[in-house]
Amino acid sequence: MTTMPLRGAQEHPLLREYFMDAAFDEMFDGDGAIRPHYQALFHELTTLPPEEIQRRKQSADASFLMQGITFTVYGREEGTERIFPYDLIPRLVTGEEWDRIERGLTQRITALNLFLHDVYNDQKILAQGVVPREVVYSCQQFRRQMRGLRVPRNVYVAIAGTDLLRLENGEYVVLEDNLRVPSGVSYMLTNRRIMKRTLPSLFRDYGVRPIDHYPQALLATLRSLAPEGRPEPTIVVLTPGVYNSAYFEHTWLARQMGVELVEGRDLVIHDNVVYMRTTAGLKRVDVIYRRVDDDFIDPLAFRGDSILGAAGLFNAYRAGNVTLANAFGTGVADDKALYAYVPAIIRYYLSEDPILNNVETYLLTDAKQRSHVKENLDKLVVKAVGESGGYGMLVGPQSSAAEREEFKRRIDSDPRNYIAQPTLCFSRAPCLLEDGSIGPRHVDLRPYILFGDKVTIVPGGLTRVALRQGSLVVNSSQGGGSKDTWVLSL
Amino acid sequence: MLSRVADSLYWTSRYLERAEHTARLIDINMGLMLDRSRVSAQRRWQRVLAAVGSAQGMGWHDDRDPNGEPERWPGVTALVHALCFDTTKHASITACIFAARENARQIRDEISTEQWQRLNGLFHEISRLRTASPSERNLAEFLPTIIDGVHLFQGVTDTTLSHGEGWQVLRVGRYLERAWCLTTLLDVYEREVFAGGDSDDTSEYLEWIGLLRTCTAFEAFCRVNTADLTHERILGFLLLDPDFPHSVHYAVDSLHNALEAIQQHTRTQHGGELMRVAGRLKATLGFAQVGEILAQDPVRYLRRILEQCREIHDLIYAVYIQYSVETALAV
Repeated sequence: MTTMPLRGAQEHPLLREYFMDAAFDEMFDGDGAIRPHYQALFHELTTLPPEEIQRRKQSADASFLMQGITFTVYGREEGTERIFPYDLIPRLVTGEEWDRIERGLTQRITALNLFLHDVYNDQKILAQGVVPREVVYSCQQFRRQMRGLRVPRNVYVAIAGTDLLRLENGEYVVLEDNLRVPSGVSYMLTNRRIMKRTLPSLFRDYGVRPIDHYPQALLATLRSLAPEGRPEPTIVVLTPGVYNSAYFEHTWLARQMGVELVEGRDLVIHDNVVYMRTTAGLKRVDVIYRRVDDDFIDPLAFRGDSILGAAGLFNAYRAGNVTLANAFGTGVADDKALYAYVPAIIRYYLSEDPILNNVETYLLTDAKQRSHVKENLDKLVVKAVGESGGYGMLVGPQSSAAEREEFKRRIDSDPRNYIAQPTLCFSRAPCLLEDGSIGPRHVDLRPYILFGDKVTIVPGGLTRVALRQGSLVVNSSQGGGSKDTWVLSL
Repeated sequence: MLSRVADSLYWTSRYLERAEHTARLIDINMGLMLDRSRVSAQRRWQRVLAAVGSAQGMGWHDDRDPNGEPERWPGVTALVHALCFDTTKHASITACIFAARENARQIRDEISTEQWQRLNGLFHEISRLRTASPSERNLAEFLPTIIDGVHLFQGVTDTTLSHGEGWQVLRVGRYLERAWCLTTLLDVYEREVFAGGDSDDTSEYLEWIGLLRTCTAFEAFCRVNTADLTHERILGFLLLDPDFPHSVHYAVDSLHNALEAIQQHTRTQHGGELMRVAGRLKATLGFAQVGEILAQDPVRYLRRILEQCREIHDLIYAVYIQYSVETALAV
């Protein structure tokens, strides 16, 4: 990768660390000129005195801490709390770009829900060979128990968080659909609250589209999925408990929606009806926004050793007495091998071309693709289909020969368990560095999609940042942070 | 309110009350040891152990002796250190504070930030003090830290938490524990000190002041009775005074009020037996006379109060926390 310094009028001392390379830069175009929509932000950053930027950074830190937007680090020093890493410079998305993203995501979630309905019912798409049966049946997330089961409005995935990347040419592509229990939405909303206080006038001048209605939209989505005959449904958020790393988000969402946050042990199932145990007696529960994985949700139906779920919940669900969002078995549609078929799935159900493209993906069950991958391991990224959070990966260009040999062995012994993709050079956005200067860091974008009686996508999402220079890993467990995403009205 | 939340609130409050009570008990007895007294150190500390629960709980028994006769006297320093810091002993102060914090952490969202900060601050302060080597100076810092910390927590609870159901549950925990601790303490004194004797003895007098001060009652007692300490007056005050917050009567009154408020909040149909038992205890204390109690069997009277406290605890669980599905649906 060649790097070059910026040219011309943009040589500002704040940008001493800024350089250009092959990746798409959100702020500068190929010639090193500022993109039009970034000009006001750039002007603000370069005219504010550095002490003022630091002061605002400190006050933003303090608000994160005061609002308890922290995660707890366990170990010897019990109860030490750290704030979630974030960056003060917003990522800007033009209205035009966003409209395309929104259409693309709506198309994708609609097709994936139709796919799930089909796979768990008539299986036409399998019969016609558009998606091979082996891919579906060999997926660990395929739930036989869901066959023939009716779900309200045929909505399987009510809440999704889709990871988008921006390639060298500026095109947004889908890296991953998270259709099980996507997290991070609380950081999107709290980032926004703090940014409004940190750069208020800039925020106003940009005419940023609002996202603050997300909790109401989530509540409305959940309500629209209530079982029939329950006009005033009781909605709860089901959390694995205080030791879960996303516990802050669970409590936050429950509070913002004004619903009860329950754990598995709060639920009682009697005659296939779900109740929560309150001091005023048992209260019937109609819709559960569950943040517990399929495997752990009902020890009678799935993993018997789970203590996070509630015994009998699946039977109550099967009886149609309670709605779970998301439904069981949605993981079959965000399987990394099935991902390769999503464009075909969109064409099959909607007779449309995908608006947002996939990243090129090699399926290792195919002998030809497998041998190609094995010969080019040093240029590719290999991922285990069942893993997430950046684990179980081989990043070809940064790997050793021994690691590549190890992965070759693994691929040969279980080809269904791996996919390969080209090493992506995804876009970078300006970030405030430790020393107060501004430098480029790689970013992705996770918009949150709600699907109930209609599709709602709040404009923006969580922009995740690889805070270490040159790093391509944005996961918060591995040194990633986040920044606010401003979708402009124009 | 979720039953699990009520459960955690209840225990947070009980553990804090117990920690404060134990801290004061140790503090006062450490002070009394400074005065020359006929009462041997061993007997005094056995009394303290009896007042915080079983001696077994502190492991103060010879393991080889199946009858559990107290044989090994660990020495005052080791015993006090264990009572304060040993987390493997559930009666120790540190164990109480840790348990209170763990309960509160599970319901971090149901209590106010100020409450959490006080409790968390107390936890960190104790963690710091207990890692240092055992010394008198450490204890002199530790015991007031506990008492102040619990008082602060109770203060911010009253001023920052909305006085709804959760607040009432905290009160139930606090006053039930207080009634329990006070009655246990009176029971121990009734058997060990008052039964022995003549009130002219200076050392007996010291013991009585110790009892009153353990209940923060010395000044309040004098205001009502002057400094004329008699068995009858002390027992009458600590058991039956309607206005003093560390009397059994006051604690039971407050407990009854809180239970009544919770019943109104939840509109439960199953609270009848709980309110009957709590109401009976309140009335028993409200209409009792200390002369009558002494004329009969004071120890039995105190034991009966303890039994009723235990009954109230069980009924709280049966009505609000661990009820069976069948009873709940039977309405």
